[in-house]
Amino acid sequence: MSVPRFWREQQNRYNLIGTHCTTCNTYYYPPRILCPKCRREGKVVEHQFKGTGTVVTYSIIRSASDQFNDLTPYVIAIIELDEGTRLTSQVICEIDEMYIGMPVKRVFRRLGEDGESGPIFYGTKFVPA
Amino acid sequence: MRDVAVIGIGCTKFGELWDKSFRTLFIEAGEMAISDAGLSGDQIDEIFIGNMSAGRFVGQEHVGALIADYSGLATNNIPATRVEAACASGGLAFRQAFTSVASGMADIVVAAGAEKMNDVGTEETTDVLAAAADREWEGIAGVTFPGLYAMIARDYMNKYGLTREQLAAVAVKNHDNGLHNPIAQFPTKITIEGVMSSSLVADPIRLLDCSPVTDGAAAVILCPLERAHEFTDTPIQVLASTQASATIALHDRQDISTLDATVAAGNRAFKMSGLERSDIDFVEVHDCFTIAELCAIEDLGFCKKGEAGKLTEEGETARHGKIPVNTSGGLKSCGHPVGATGVKQIYEVVLQLRGEAGKRQIDAEIGMTHNVGGTGATVVCNILGRA
Repeated sequence: MSVPRFWREQQNRYNLIGTHCTTCNTYYYPPRILCPKCRREGKVVEHQFKGTGTVVTYSIIRSASDQFNDLTPYVIAIIELDEGTRLTSQVICEIDEMYIGMPVKRVFRRLGEDGESGPIFYGTKFVPA
Repeated sequence: MRDVAVIGIGCTKFGELWDKSFRTLFIEAGEMAISDAGLSGDQIDEIFIGNMSAGRFVGQEHVGALIADYSGLATNNIPATRVEAACASGGLAFRQAFTSVASGMADIVVAAGAEKMNDVGTEETTDVLAAAADREWEGIAGVTFPGLYAMIARDYMNKYGLTREQLAAVAVKNHDNGLHNPIAQFPTKITIEGVMSSSLVADPIRLLDCSPVTDGAAAVILCPLERAHEFTDTPIQVLASTQASATIALHDRQDISTLDATVAAGNRAFKMSGLERSDIDFVEVHDCFTIAELCAIEDLGFCKKGEAGKLTEEGETARHGKIPVNTSGGLKSCGHPVGATGVKQIYEVVLQLRGEAGKRQIDAEIGMTHNVGGTGATVVCNILGRA
């Protein structure tokens, strides 16, 4: 991913900042600038998520693209944050530890890099809470 | 809106076709379809071509013009349009062609799909396919396509008690069908034990749960039903052609193991055709992974949620079961050249309805297709019947 493309969302990725529609009281992470429920009637503001949630479903990736091949096997999960929105993230833990409903919390981690000389990307991953 | 019929079909062999280029594949399928319809190229008004990622797979965009040129139709200056909706690109091309004929904008229209996937390596292919999901918020976490469907499978198994054996039964059944399909990439018999002992790709999905990486192309010709008998004695009428969208990211679906777009496109297809589920004799569904076939059968309404595994295990989706699913061998055995798959599904349904499906022939008058883009962000459904 190019530097500007990553940089644009850097604060969201680093700090788990999403959005909140105050019209319908729905939270969004990944952030949405348009509330899909209220559309133009929605009032969307930035929101700092607490960073705690539970595992909805997960898998263990054994075969990955170039960028992630060195990490295999790694855990990928859909996590429901306590505020109610869901996201996709890696969970850093022993593979055998994983179960649906597992409580998790956010940590700041290296996400990947763009080749050997490209930028290193950092952001949010999760660990067992 | 005018009634529309399919008057010609063509499909290349599916597989690792090292000696064939992207454009060669398309021309081969196109020529077969045009010969099948007994047309001259000059009679063609328009082309729609489904293609997911020629830009990444072969470094070629502007595919519509390329195809028109190498088909010899650029000299007629006919419109040629590439459409893209990831793995539903072929289905989308068919629906665009249907719309074009039904609206009266054009009479003789080609709907084609083509993908040349093997010119890049496996890791590159994995990355290209990951672009069908949300790159910025799913892909960046390191999720792969098998990984996304594995999360659907895990959710489904947890909710409905689906067994690993039931999941494997989907692959075994589709290979039994592919065995009798001359275009199939893997016309090979496999066993439940074989699936269960194949290597893990993304738990619980194993290698033999996955559709392969495939080169191939398919093309069909559409025209107004009232003109169909000029070209063929066995026109197949398009009774419905529908499309639906859902969230791009799997994590934003209300229920992880229900494809809302399948439910919507399916319901629209039954409404448009005025048919019931019980009127459908067989269905070609998008089994990119074994779990996807089970979700499709349920989300299209052929059985209740959570029952498709049992239905499969009991043989009811086999060729002589209650509702035969994927007589072609599906994406699993026949192969999955992503942009071509939606058109290949039409090819199979037309073969079956004409009685030209050889050893895998079933007794059928009405067939349905179901083509998915990504994890279900786009779904195209079609219902076809003997005219």
